[in-house]
Amino acid sequence: MRIFRKLLTGTISAMVLVGFSPMATADSVKIGFVTTLTTPAAVIGNDMVDAVNLAIEHIGGKMGELDVELIVEDDGFKPDVGKQATDKLVKQDDVHFVAGYIWSHVLLASRKSVLDAGKFLISSNAGPSQLAGKLCHENFFSTSWQNDQTPMAMGEVLNQQGVKSLYIMAPNYAAGKNMVAGVERTFKGEILGKDMTGWGKVKQVEFAAELAKAKASGAEGIFIFYPGPPGAAFIKQYQQAGLQGQLPLYSVFTVDSISLPKFQAANLTGVMGSSMTQFWAPDLDNPQNKKFVSGFKEKYGRYPTFYAAQSYDTIFLIKAAVEAADGNLDDMDLMRATMEEAAFPSVRGKFSYGNNHMPIQNFYLREVVEDADGVWTTKVVRTVYENHQDPYAKDCKN
Amino acid sequence: MDWNPFLIQFINGLQLGILLFLLASGLTLIFGIMDFINLAHGSFYMVGAYFCATLTFLTGSFVLAAMIAVGGVFIVGVVVETTIVNRLYRADHLDQVLVTFGLILIFDTLVQMIWGPEGMVIPLPPVLDGQFEVASLVFPTYRLLIIVSGLLVAAGLYLLVMKTRLGMLIRAGASNRVMVSALGVNINRLFLIVFALGAALAGLSGLLIAPITETSIGMGNAIIILAFVVIIVGGIGSIKGAFYAALIIGLIDTMGRSYLDSLLKLFMSVQNAETAAPALSAMLIYILMAVVLAVRPQGLFPPTGTR
Repeated sequence: MRIFRKLLTGTISAMVLVGFSPMATADSVKIGFVTTLTTPAAVIGNDMVDAVNLAIEHIGGKMGELDVELIVEDDGFKPDVGKQATDKLVKQDDVHFVAGYIWSHVLLASRKSVLDAGKFLISSNAGPSQLAGKLCHENFFSTSWQNDQTPMAMGEVLNQQGVKSLYIMAPNYAAGKNMVAGVERTFKGEILGKDMTGWGKVKQVEFAAELAKAKASGAEGIFIFYPGPPGAAFIKQYQQAGLQGQLPLYSVFTVDSISLPKFQAANLTGVMGSSMTQFWAPDLDNPQNKKFVSGFKEKYGRYPTFYAAQSYDTIFLIKAAVEAADGNLDDMDLMRATMEEAAFPSVRGKFSYGNNHMPIQNFYLREVVEDADGVWTTKVVRTVYENHQDPYAKDCKN
Repeated sequence: MDWNPFLIQFINGLQLGILLFLLASGLTLIFGIMDFINLAHGSFYMVGAYFCATLTFLTGSFVLAAMIAVGGVFIVGVVVETTIVNRLYRADHLDQVLVTFGLILIFDTLVQMIWGPEGMVIPLPPVLDGQFEVASLVFPTYRLLIIVSGLLVAAGLYLLVMKTRLGMLIRAGASNRVMVSALGVNINRLFLIVFALGAALAGLSGLLIAPITETSIGMGNAIIILAFVVIIVGGIGSIKGAFYAALIIGLIDTMGRSYLDSLLKLFMSVQNAETAAPALSAMLIYILMAVVLAVRPQGLFPPTGTR
């Protein structure tokens, strides 16, 4: 916040000096960041904003000669609110880049506002299949993944571990459907049941009926996707139902550095030994990730989430583009070409972009462990996919 | 056929129903007796959960924390009634809706300021955290505790409402408020007690669910809609109606989530059934409400002698 305020005062004084002409802001690169800052999911949004602020601090508040001006907006976890916030960033603030977006349905509702205005749209989390395929756009980039990829890696893990039958649970919205499609695409065994639970205005956090069905199905494992607060509820009920050991848990985007401290406080050992896949982990061994994780822990006193990792990358992706264009923010073609190279230092290590501007990257199997200080965190067990590309890239006519 | 899964789902439905009853009983009394629409009833549910979470970490005992938290929510209820709500009894319903909606926003923001947006997982003592086995049935112990404590509270409420002088006044108030005050009963004090009691019940309901779902901001706003459906189906102002309607709705919701997809698969494609089942099972209780409103608008068990 301090740095943000300093930037603001800086910008205001600059405006006064030049006689308050709107042109005065041309010496800064404006980044709009849409995320969730209200509702219980605000905890994810705060983590992302913290990471963005850390990244801006690490680059000294500058991209080339230009100051970085960050404008954060709240989507309230609702597509319509997210679209309004995006419209405001594009029309009123006239930002150069719009980034952020936790939720696939919010991103899908907001994409047109940004792309029609001829600005860059960068997803720092959501990876709906539509944007990777038919709706792909030359000005859209992702610093995360396409929704299907992580569960596809999980399907592969299940095959390797010899799991023959699976029960699936996910929330009933765009990303939930992608996650289920992903695991179904690679898992070779039998799917004995599937529940798509409520995720509208009222988010289902009571899973007794579904867990009883899962247990009765006799499946050898359960695959889940529950990002944010419902994830903690699921794990808790999974443990209370005594399914630990009977119905091994395979999750994506459910166990993260937000939920782990809570699990630890409540001693929910149910997550220990459960498997998850991800493109990143706090212990990935590369200099950029070490700088990020240690900087984050030092500044905020906790482990960053994968949401934070992607947000941190977002700033470095933009920085590379701005610096390549030598601060000429009208040179969209040069900036786009630079971003396509993915030459910036990423916390996930080296990766490349596909024709749909989704990362082609590694996916790892992770598990929950206790670190040297006794804090629960995740660590990489092994690599599941190397340089994996999402299955929708072929539908993209970029 | 193996009846175990069915029995488990039945108990799950019962447990959801009991929780709904605790929430709806206060709501129906406040609505029925005081003619006051309290949208912020769900806020007491949330406050109960947060009080209990903090107290559990402070005292180290969930049971002790739960008892103090219920008292705490009762006091919050008294404060809200005496400072805000008692000015609104004469106002029309729209004003009440506006003010209590404002209260929701205030409570949600206060909770975010005090506890942050993360939510808390309440640790349970190992005795409650395990499973309970009867014959070949395995069921989480804590969920049985919810059922038992809910039934005890229901029995207590029954005794209070049917066998005590206070209960007589509450019933009289539900039937004809004006007549009760004309007979010289201190209606203000009665209202205060009913409101705070309702708040405490909502708080109890919230703190009972919290160890299952974790606490979260706005957790009450989601379930308050169900509670309104319960009191409409049961008959506004009727504790008995709230009890039966809550059980019916708890069972319909759980059974819908459990069996609707298999049922739909009998006569449509698997793909369509998987898409339709979640949507339809979410609608079931509203369909029930619509039917009740059409056939029996006063609810299934309206209080006797309703105006």
